[in-house]
Amino acid sequence: MMGDGGNDQVSDQVAAVELTAITKRFGSVVAVDNVDLKIADGEFFALLGPSGCGKTTTLRMIAGLELPSEGSLKIFGDEAGTLPPNKRPVNTVFQDYALFPHMTVEVNVAFGLKMQRVPKVEIADRVGEAISLVRLEGLEQRRSQQLSGGQRQRVALARALVNRPKVLLLDEPLGALDLKLRQEMQGELKALQREVGITFVFVTHDQEEALTMADRIGVLNEGELLQVGTPAEIYEHPVNRFVANFIGQTNLLDATVVSNDTVCLANGVHIPGKSDLGVGSRVAVCLRPERAEMQRPDEVPADHQSVVGRLESVTYLGNALVYTVVLDWARLEVRRENQPGGYRPYVGEEVAVSWTLDAISVVRA
Amino acid sequence: MSSTVQPRGTTKIALSVHSWLVYIFFFAPIFVLIVFSFSDDRNVGRWGGFTLEWYQGFFDHSQIQSAVWVSVRVALLSTVISVVLGTLAALALERFKFRGRQVFDALLYLPIIIPDVTMAVMMLLFFAEFFELLEAWFNLDWQKGFGSITISHIAFNISFVSVVVRARLAGMSEVLEEAALDLYATRWKTFRYVTFPQIMPGVAGGALLALTLSLDDVVVTQFAAGPGATTLPVFVFGLIRRGVTPLINATSVLMLAASVFLVALSLAFQQFSGRGGRPLLRGAREAVSTPNNQIKKEIYQ
Repeated sequence: MMGDGGNDQVSDQVAAVELTAITKRFGSVVAVDNVDLKIADGEFFALLGPSGCGKTTTLRMIAGLELPSEGSLKIFGDEAGTLPPNKRPVNTVFQDYALFPHMTVEVNVAFGLKMQRVPKVEIADRVGEAISLVRLEGLEQRRSQQLSGGQRQRVALARALVNRPKVLLLDEPLGALDLKLRQEMQGELKALQREVGITFVFVTHDQEEALTMADRIGVLNEGELLQVGTPAEIYEHPVNRFVANFIGQTNLLDATVVSNDTVCLANGVHIPGKSDLGVGSRVAVCLRPERAEMQRPDEVPADHQSVVGRLESVTYLGNALVYTVVLDWARLEVRRENQPGGYRPYVGEEVAVSWTLDAISVVRA
Repeated sequence: MSSTVQPRGTTKIALSVHSWLVYIFFFAPIFVLIVFSFSDDRNVGRWGGFTLEWYQGFFDHSQIQSAVWVSVRVALLSTVISVVLGTLAALALERFKFRGRQVFDALLYLPIIIPDVTMAVMMLLFFAEFFELLEAWFNLDWQKGFGSITISHIAFNISFVSVVVRARLAGMSEVLEEAALDLYATRWKTFRYVTFPQIMPGVAGGALLALTLSLDDVVVTQFAAGPGATTLPVFVFGLIRRGVTPLINATSVLMLAASVFLVALSLAFQQFSGRGGRPLLRGAREAVSTPNNQIKKEIYQ
């Protein structure tokens, strides 16, 4: 049921990567638990989750660096679960790039082709192409110690892409870079993927990176694949409390399902809220801070639901303001763009936090 | 220059006097040894004018020459074998998990820890039993000599080689090997193009250390040597019992020179880490970087 919406898109063609009931155990620890996942050809797919959630293990299983304990792993329709890494049409950009320190940039990039016994003339051509693809011309004779972090990352990309893999795997590709370079490389990676048209599967713990770059995201926690979908689907309709919390900032109000379009908040008030979970299920109402509105308690528009609380603090972010409102049963954050005029309550004032039906989603608790 | 951490005043003077005392303590005996190897007097310790006669004697002495030859052969053969076995042991301990790994790990250090004399007695008993068995079972008559010396040197050298190689392997990320596998290298090619070039300085350092240890060993060799063959240090040790002459000085100076050369080479290789090094070591560095050139040549020519 989880992530079905996401997987439907790829059901009519052969998936680039297809995991069926994949489980990986290390001793008694279950690192990846019964994961089903289809990644479409040409897709930019992110495996997102906190550290230790099994995302890197999943990536390493696709690469062949770990073998699954159970389940089937297909790459373009061919069973690959037990093949060694050198027999798979995939290449990896490792977290710290793993460039061979005793070889120059050029020899690093040529390595994969040399190992595949590609004719020497062709190697020279393809290495040249790959190096210009990642804009490293002029650095061919450098060694990895003589390169900056960003340049090393480009070498790692060229070294993988020169082999024209069917799937490129990237393990926290931007993790080792500083913030500014990371943002620059996000755009560049995306453009590169469009240019080469290869399926990219990347692992990250940074939700912003996943939202920015990926066509689709798979959210993992404790070895379980919780949700698969486009960034918008995942941000706007998280399946449960964990996903809602992990992706972006959110307010979660405890509630119980009363009917398929009504929930009862923890303060006893019934509000409209659509869910297909059974009556009586414990749920949370997910209200994103930027979708919450704020008025004087007597000025709430008629089509809004609201709760009333006391303004505890205001955080000034420059382009926005974050108001923290305290209720006796919850604490809410409201984010407002820093526009001139408008309602600017004082700390300590009674305020109403309100929302329209389409601003919220009901998620499993 | 004016850092407060730098010693000043009397401390500074005391420190430099101390270092000179240490240097004198170290080098005075060596200096005396070298000076008297050129002395034209049979009695060591009496200066009889400059001569190269004792060095001439070294090269003319047929027993010394055959001992030198045995030493060199034993050193080379035991080094080659212990480098191969020691490197394999290091690889196994660093890269694979297997039953009894920890026990093997602990036992591997044994030859480094146990006293030379114990090792020597062990070897003596072992060879005695072994030769007896050979005689009894296969009717083979094998005497102590070149073979037994070589085997005993291999026995202690494996440990030293594997310790040096392991240090190097521990500093090398396993991810490099994974990257090579990911880039279509077979396990053998991964070893040849990635693992080995990375551990080369350790292997070379270990080899030179083994060579030095083998050339210098007296105690173990004395027990393993037989009438068939003896090494230079053991022969010199025997000569001393019949009285010290400047011939022994000359022999010692030459042995010292050979050992210093090998130890220096060994240090140079160990210090080279691929991340640059002192200009002094540039030669070693270039020697080590050849695998890359070789790969490059194979790719582009």
